[in-house]
Amino acid sequence: MSQSTAGKIDHHNEEEHHDTSSIKIFGFWIFLISDLILFSVLFATYVVLRTRYSGGPTGAELFEVPIFVAETFILLTSSFTSGLATLGLQQGKVKTVINWLIVTVVLGIAFVGLEVTEFITLVEEGATISTSAFLSAFYVLVGTHGLHVSAGIIWMISTIFQLSRYGITEETNRKTQVVSLYWHFLDVVWIFIFTVVYLLGVM
Amino acid sequence: MIESIKNFSSDFFVTGDPLIYGADVSIVLVMVAIIFVLTYFKKWKWLWSEWLTTVDHKKIGIMYLIASLLMLFRGGVDAILMRTQLAFPNMDFLPSDKYNEIFTTHGTIMILFMAMPLMFALFNMVVPLQIGARDVAYPFLNAVSFWTFFFGAMLFNLSFVIGGSPDAGWLSYAPLSETQFSEGPGQNYYIWGIQISGIGSLASGINFLVTILKMRAPGMKLMKMPMFSWSVLSSCIIIIFAFPILTVTLGLLFIDRYFGANFFTLAGGGNPMYYVNLIWMWGHPEVYLVVLPAFGVFSEVVATFSKKKIFGYKSMVFALLSISLLSFFTWVHHFFTMADYKVDAFFAITTMAIAIPTGVKVFNWMFTMFRGRIQMKPPMLWTIAFIPTFLVGGATGVMLAVAPADFQYHNSYFLIAHFHQVLIGGVVFGFFSGIYYWWPKIFGFSLNEKLGLWAFWLWNIGFYVTFMPQYALGFMGMPRRVSTYGWDMGWAPLNFISTIGAFLMGAGFIFQVWQIVYSIKHRNKEGAADPWDGRTLEWSIPSPPPEYNFAIIPKVSEQDDWWYKKQKGLTKVKEDYKPIHMPKNSGIPFIMGGFWFITGFGLTFEWTWMGIIGLIGVATSIVVRHLDNDTDYYIPVDEIERTEARIGGTR
Repeated sequence: MSQSTAGKIDHHNEEEHHDTSSIKIFGFWIFLISDLILFSVLFATYVVLRTRYSGGPTGAELFEVPIFVAETFILLTSSFTSGLATLGLQQGKVKTVINWLIVTVVLGIAFVGLEVTEFITLVEEGATISTSAFLSAFYVLVGTHGLHVSAGIIWMISTIFQLSRYGITEETNRKTQVVSLYWHFLDVVWIFIFTVVYLLGVM
Repeated sequence: MIESIKNFSSDFFVTGDPLIYGADVSIVLVMVAIIFVLTYFKKWKWLWSEWLTTVDHKKIGIMYLIASLLMLFRGGVDAILMRTQLAFPNMDFLPSDKYNEIFTTHGTIMILFMAMPLMFALFNMVVPLQIGARDVAYPFLNAVSFWTFFFGAMLFNLSFVIGGSPDAGWLSYAPLSETQFSEGPGQNYYIWGIQISGIGSLASGINFLVTILKMRAPGMKLMKMPMFSWSVLSSCIIIIFAFPILTVTLGLLFIDRYFGANFFTLAGGGNPMYYVNLIWMWGHPEVYLVVLPAFGVFSEVVATFSKKKIFGYKSMVFALLSISLLSFFTWVHHFFTMADYKVDAFFAITTMAIAIPTGVKVFNWMFTMFRGRIQMKPPMLWTIAFIPTFLVGGATGVMLAVAPADFQYHNSYFLIAHFHQVLIGGVVFGFFSGIYYWWPKIFGFSLNEKLGLWAFWLWNIGFYVTFMPQYALGFMGMPRRVSTYGWDMGWAPLNFISTIGAFLMGAGFIFQVWQIVYSIKHRNKEGAADPWDGRTLEWSIPSPPPEYNFAIIPKVSEQDDWWYKKQKGLTKVKEDYKPIHMPKNSGIPFIMGGFWFITGFGLTFEWTWMGIIGLIGVATSIVVRHLDNDTDYYIPVDEIERTEARIGGTR
């Protein structure tokens, strides 16, 4: 990575050059492992509590197929567009990168918007976080993913801002790669939510 | 108006107890004294630019050390208070509600705010020097780790004087820790104090894992790495897998309390036993991750003071890694009485299995000493005291692991004696040994040995006097967490002996403080660069090391490379300096920690507005850092030459 871009620092001066970008990306993978464990515990919690309705509504009564299919479709597409942004990065085209990142952010906002509407509808139907252990686990698992996506949106906007200001440098290159890695990770987590929560819920 | 302020403050501040008024007064006095000293000596700028904004791992290590010794004092005072209450039957020194608070804060502080930061102090002081690196992989993140720990610990300690302490035990089992039974801010303090410092622990785990895997000096293959660094690596693996579980567990408990969810409640379909499972899925690996670095210290110390290579290097590595794996498969042994017998059988076997790699390590330490030229220096004393102590602690652990027998020992003083024996005998002795060993490296002067000897014997005798009677008390049926007992129980003599022991350990701590203060006043800088005739890279550079550690990164060819070079007379290095790339100081970690504190405080009192302000502050700090591209600089060659000439540089 570092050789493709002209950084502001001349690395040849260093006797022992640890490639900072590759170290940072490696560390981010380790962070993703810990984040994955965080989600695993939430999934385990959901599985332990998923039939504890406590007289409240069940998943089959609450989940609406068109909504969660739309959410899935939007998030998968956004993963694809963030992939296109990384592709633009390799070709060194800032415009392409920024444009695809903007598309990704818009899709992300649409996803979060749909999820918030879904939650509001559920609460209006009387299915709140206090209704039953099942709903507590549902809101926290899906909501934690939603919060991750929201953080990813802010992060991506900050990256877009830097790309438009500095172009593709060693730093912005790394930051874009890391944020898109994060985005793909959230996509993978969503596929499990789609399966474990929604599909098994409406079955 | 005045009436409502009065009402508010009598709820807000803890009132009505002379002990707490005393604490209030001393807190205010200490703060006034600190502010006065800093202002009088015009040290505010120095404090900010040298310490609060530093990203240097050595300084961060020193700050961890100071904070953890303060916490050791606080946790120790808790212990002394409890032992005083239990010294005689029917004492009314502490009422039962205060007693509940004190055993809760004692446990929480000793594990999370004493043992963990003391461990991170050693990580920071030693690992980069030992592997020949100029800093950790992420120096900025390292500072964030420290300040989140620091502000988390401060938040937790504030509960003593503002709002009331948590009182549901150090692991706060649900449903006792739910709003129904633990109303008020105490339990929220527990959640947010740990949650905020937990962010720092996880970040440190990632940081040191990457540092060890990616930043080693050229030639240092993993199987040539010093044993302490191996133990840190195994410990970091546990942190990365265990801490997210804690984050979720406490998060769910908070959601139960704040949003009225039903994860661990009795009504609404909640499952309290699920909490017990989750907290121990973190809690058991937690105690192993603090003991592994202590094992690493012993391995370094034994080799150095026996003048021999560590015996069985490969089996040591294997033992460390298998302990970190097995630590995740033993959690149910903390509640055999709640589980099914088939489950008990599985977890009894995995628990006993851990004794195997641990036994391998004990044998390796002994074989390292066998036919070695043993020098009884302070670090070695603590190591030799550790071996029999840990052996008995481990053996009583295997007794507890026998599930049918555990039904008898469960929640008795036998258990208390067991885990103090492994935690004090293993973790505390290990970290003390490490501090005595690496103190000259970090500070550039050695500690007075005579005072250290007093501290050593007081701690050791005190330890046995305190905890041996407790095994017997356990067999006599004394349960843990009772605030008093009657004369008719027959527990009085042993309890009194145990209390004497606690005071002896307290005296040992006072000698250590005296030792440090005395050694600072009478600095003995003689031979500080390599006082023990060390074996690993940290002893090849001046003490204290310059900010860049190594002017020239060493090329490693052997295990115990510095020893090898000294034997072969290869210590001279060509002074061919190049500019050194270093991270810039930053105030963001400190400010971010402050915002976490605001967040935690707001959520503790369920003042949502304050929590939101804090979180916005945290988010802003992160974004500001993300936008900052001017994060490092180069030290020019002439400056390196000047520094090296001044400190007696590369030899």
